[in-house]
Amino acid sequence: MSANTRILYTVLLAFLAVVPFQDFVYIVFVMKLLCFALFASAFNLLLGYTGLLSFGHAAFFGGAAYVTAHASKAWGLSPELAILLGMFYACVTGYLFGSLAIRRQGIYFAMITLALSQLIFFLALQMKFTGGEDGIQGVPRGYLFRFIDLSSDTAMYYFVLVLFLVGFLLIQRTIHSPFGQVLKSIRENEPRAISLGYDVKQFKLLAFVISATLAGMAGSMKSLVFQLATLTDVHWHMSGEVVLMTILGGIGTLLGPIVGAGLVIGLQNYLAGIGSFSTIVLGAIFVVCVLAFRRGIVGEWLAYFERYQESKDRRGGYEQNK
Amino acid sequence: MKRNTLTKAVAAIFVAAAASSSFAQKISDDVVKIGVLTDMSGTYSDLAGKGSVVAAEMAIEDYSKSKTILGKKIELISADHQNKADITANKAREWFDKEKVDVIVDLVTTSAALAAMEIGEQKNKITLNSGAASLDITRSKCTANNVHWVYDTYNLGKSREALVKAGKKSWFFVTADYAFGHNLERDTAQIVTSNGGTVVGSVRHPFPGSDFSSFLLKAQSSGAQVIGLANAGQDTINSVKQAAEFGISQKQTIVPLLTFITDVHSLGLKAAQGLSVAESFYWDLNDKTRAWSKRFYDKHKRMPSMVHAGVYSSVMNYLKAIESTKTDDTKAVMDKLKSTPIDDGLFKGNIQVNGKFSHDFYVFEVKKPNESKGPWDYYKLVATIPAAEASAPLDKSCKLVK
Amino acid sequence: MLEAFGITPQALIAQLLVGLINGSFYAILSLGLAIIFGLLNVINFTHGAQYMLGAFFAWIGLTQVGNWLGMPDFSINYWVALVAAPLLVGAIGIVMERLMLKRLYHLDHLYGLLLTFGLALVIEGMFRHWYGISGESYSVPEALQGGFRLESFGLFLPKYRMWVIVASLAVCIATWYMIERTKLGNYLRAGTENPKLLQALGINVPLMITLTYGFGVALAAFAGVLAAPVFQVNPVMGSNLIIVVFAVVVIGGMGSIAGSIVTGLALGLLEGLTKVFYPEASSMVIFVVMAIVLLVRPAGLFGKEK
Repeated sequence: MSANTRILYTVLLAFLAVVPFQDFVYIVFVMKLLCFALFASAFNLLLGYTGLLSFGHAAFFGGAAYVTAHASKAWGLSPELAILLGMFYACVTGYLFGSLAIRRQGIYFAMITLALSQLIFFLALQMKFTGGEDGIQGVPRGYLFRFIDLSSDTAMYYFVLVLFLVGFLLIQRTIHSPFGQVLKSIRENEPRAISLGYDVKQFKLLAFVISATLAGMAGSMKSLVFQLATLTDVHWHMSGEVVLMTILGGIGTLLGPIVGAGLVIGLQNYLAGIGSFSTIVLGAIFVVCVLAFRRGIVGEWLAYFERYQESKDRRGGYEQNK
Repeated sequence: MKRNTLTKAVAAIFVAAAASSSFAQKISDDVVKIGVLTDMSGTYSDLAGKGSVVAAEMAIEDYSKSKTILGKKIELISADHQNKADITANKAREWFDKEKVDVIVDLVTTSAALAAMEIGEQKNKITLNSGAASLDITRSKCTANNVHWVYDTYNLGKSREALVKAGKKSWFFVTADYAFGHNLERDTAQIVTSNGGTVVGSVRHPFPGSDFSSFLLKAQSSGAQVIGLANAGQDTINSVKQAAEFGISQKQTIVPLLTFITDVHSLGLKAAQGLSVAESFYWDLNDKTRAWSKRFYDKHKRMPSMVHAGVYSSVMNYLKAIESTKTDDTKAVMDKLKSTPIDDGLFKGNIQVNGKFSHDFYVFEVKKPNESKGPWDYYKLVATIPAAEASAPLDKSCKLVK
Repeated sequence: MLEAFGITPQALIAQLLVGLINGSFYAILSLGLAIIFGLLNVINFTHGAQYMLGAFFAWIGLTQVGNWLGMPDFSINYWVALVAAPLLVGAIGIVMERLMLKRLYHLDHLYGLLLTFGLALVIEGMFRHWYGISGESYSVPEALQGGFRLESFGLFLPKYRMWVIVASLAVCIATWYMIERTKLGNYLRAGTENPKLLQALGINVPLMITLTYGFGVALAAFAGVLAAPVFQVNPVMGSNLIIVVFAVVVIGGMGSIAGSIVTGLALGLLEGLTKVFYPEASSMVIFVVMAIVLLVRPAGLFGKEK
């Protein structure tokens, strides 16, 4: 990690640490941002680093939200156990869906994930415990480790922050590991990876499961923050939203999904009063992004920065040659 | 090691926060802020929506031309909850936490209402519900800071008693698949069976729906005398229209279990004539309602639904309660509301301990096109059900009922 | 025998009828998607929004245009809309293809999916903003009102719904014939196999691609006009439908024309049947079938491996 990046991370962390002590930004808003940033980052592991576009990640995010909500409300599980249960659901479902979907490539893969997540949507609609249109409301945040009361927004915030950092670090470690390198090679040139002897299907499946589990963690976190789980969380629009966030922010970069999540959530919040403006604006930005700025905000910034560095080096070399 | 520090930090913060919490001021945050949270663009936007905002504004202006109370300003804020529980919960939370809102009104759609009531209880703020219908709001899901102002599924079911007694004994329900629809079906079915009728069957349709043909066909094939539509707003309008399209209304009686005057206006008298409707307010009932409704019409260009009347009445009585208790403290205001009889020209009755505003209910029949003198002249009064009979008996499933 | 299940033959036929109507919509929409995918290799996510545009233009033509032009009595009736709306929306589709989709052909096909997804958001957002989501009503045209009462079967068949089935089938069969049996269709199919060779032989392939996209979009809009009196004109009508149509296309196998028509109709019927015996599962059944088909025949029932 370069010195610049280290400074950037430290500054960000400092900002995040003092959120409960200021009045400028609404603390629940930042918690929402952290949940979606984790969701987008988990999604990016699959799209940006393995090259697989899943259009059904809401199944993991929303499904885990329901599981955690039910565990906390009906079974009285403490928050860390409820979240673990949600992640377990996401892991198992991720394995099942991944095994089915990985049989196909590209667009077919996307369509299959979309349709599979619809199954989860309709299950959520029909099953008694999910409460249908009402969703599961009044989910108690509970006592972390049996003694920290999370009903205080400040306590909940730090818990969410820690979970986010854990998830984010996990993704970062995965990407920079030998496993991550193989994933990147699959994204770049799958036939070559196969010819090199890698069991590509297993790698894809593992990436899928990790992505699903962390997406589930994000969903579980969200259900405790807002104390409810609803059909919105498992609707395919949610799957579309995370695609939006990741691509707008920059696939294949670590900070991209976080920036993307911030942009999307921020815009939705800011434009909420004005009819469906947020959808129109987001859709328009997305179209422009797909047409012209495919690397996303962070990706384009990094590319610009690299070109700037290169031209600087070249200029420096030129001067040296004088 | 890391965990201990975290715990200590969190505990310290918690203690500090608790210690610094302000003592109850006379008027919290020096403003009385009213939030209208409603459906602005969807299935229920006509019977609630912008009209509710207009009604709330009217109440504030009628209370005080200068929009002040006890020397402090009255403010109004509104938002669209799109009939979704999560949007409602988040908006309510944000309003109570950040925007200094003291009370949320309208709250059409039961799932949204329940979400807001939950947040209201958590944050100790008031919710005055004029839009949602489920009886559960004053029974199993009741909260201390909520008043259910205008109507509930028990009122609606009870108003069908006369129909059953008159011989319409076999019923089939087409039900919107969410809490409201389920409750409306349940409470009406209960009236049917306790008066010697039978429920032949029922079918649930997704909410909001668009094509009801398969559900209506199921109702038709059941052979029941009555097809009860346990849905509302645009869903009811479409069900009635499509029932006519399939020739179902010729052989079986379609009874929409919840209808608003705005629905009849949308359907038109030709399609709606003869329908039996139950509401707790109608603009043409008496001189007082006519006078108020005319003023509402001048502002909104449409006659008020009972939800609009409820929003006006709830806001007005809320402000009066603050005036008489000299504070906007939640408990004081709620106690005042529950102990004062209400008679404001729109509704007359009492708020019970479980939050139900008990008042009369009316059964109307929709006029034939030649009986009507003009737009909005749609109803003829068939029966008045007095409050004591119309309202559900207090039940211990509500934690407030001892 | 059916009575044993608590079902009357009338009820069964009635539900199958509704299923056939839904199936007709699935068929036309998946046909449009299959055509676009076959030639452009693009999953047209905007298909649902274009279907909605067809319905909305019909409604606007009927109720709003008069007021806009200052001639309150002027309106574009259903029959004109049936031709005009597809042409109009098809033209919009062509503009979309020329300005935007074209730029993405050299990239991974997923970008086409993403672009059309973004466009769908924009179009639906605009209409939601202007018209809300409670929906506008579009009345059945005079000539098709009422129905046939078959007393012996105890059935009432609304004329309009019969018309929907007939019209969709006619359009589907005509399209299939055109693609599989005519010279134009030959060029189209050749373009799918080997566009470069076709270009070398003198056919203007880019033009063909543009027109094909326009045609697929027009099909969606046509379905929209057909749907207006049945489903109510609503900005989210396409969004609700498109996901089911995707599942239909996956089951049928993308790229097969006949396959998408047959699968659409069959799944509509299956859905209707499920509504009779097990209504709660009716919305899920198509996705369950999809999961099974994927396990057994990953290319879809009629599909070819691409």
